[in-house]
Amino acid sequence: MSFLRYFLLALIVLGSTFGDVYLAKGMKQIGEISPSRWHDLLFAPLNPYVAFGIVLLMIFYISYLASLSWADLSYIMPATTFGYVLTALLAHFMLGEHVPLTRWIGILMITAGVGFITGGPSLTVTPTPEGVSPHLEAHS
Amino acid sequence: MRHLGIFATWLTIFVLVGLNSAGDMSTARAMRRVGDFSELRRKGGILGVVGAVLSEPWFYLGLLAMALSFFALLAALSLIDLSVVIPASASLTFLSNLLGAKFFLKEHVSRRRWISGILVLGGIVLLRT
Repeated sequence: MSFLRYFLLALIVLGSTFGDVYLAKGMKQIGEISPSRWHDLLFAPLNPYVAFGIVLLMIFYISYLASLSWADLSYIMPATTFGYVLTALLAHFMLGEHVPLTRWIGILMITAGVGFITGGPSLTVTPTPEGVSPHLEAHS
Repeated sequence: MRHLGIFATWLTIFVLVGLNSAGDMSTARAMRRVGDFSELRRKGGILGVVGAVLSEPWFYLGLLAMALSFFALLAALSLIDLSVVIPASASLTFLSNLLGAKFFLKEHVSRRRWISGILVLGGIVLLRT
């Protein structure tokens, strides 16, 4: 896998992780939105934290589209969960939060799962009379 | 858990998971039909890539589902704690996507991918307990 492809996977992880954090920070500032005032949600992007979260999520989305153009969804998904590992490590080493043993085991399991899947093929291919091609082209 | 009862909390999370998965499935199907971006760019430049994506109907369906799931996420975040919403919706979306990849997208979910999926899913649950 080329450097660019690893870079896109990294952008997916960073964009979605930090995007969610900033969205949550912004929505905490805005406060609870009751069902009767649902239309307040439409103005949520005016909050600077929500706006920054949206920019990060757009970076995530473009990288996600590009990655799905060359790899299966079932290949991309585990790779993107690496964000949880990142959050837990940041919480421990930068914020000094206590990380219990179960969480370390969780980190180990995600890392092992991600390492295992990225070592395999990234795209489903099916044989056709002309050779092999991505399966959906063969089905559509 | 703040503000919402158990039933309303899980209903919100299930709506979020349904929209997330619908978005992921449609987007993945669209991108598979579009093909590898780097090859498209070699042939038609960056405009060729944008044109190919924008002419794919599944892309719009995916975008609609993702936009709706974004507002569902905002609503959920204003009602339920981040530490509940993200792990619950992430692990359930992960599971439904893995099943969707096999049965809807017809991807070859090999033994390697199932094992990885189970490891990651277990990891998500442990990470958030």
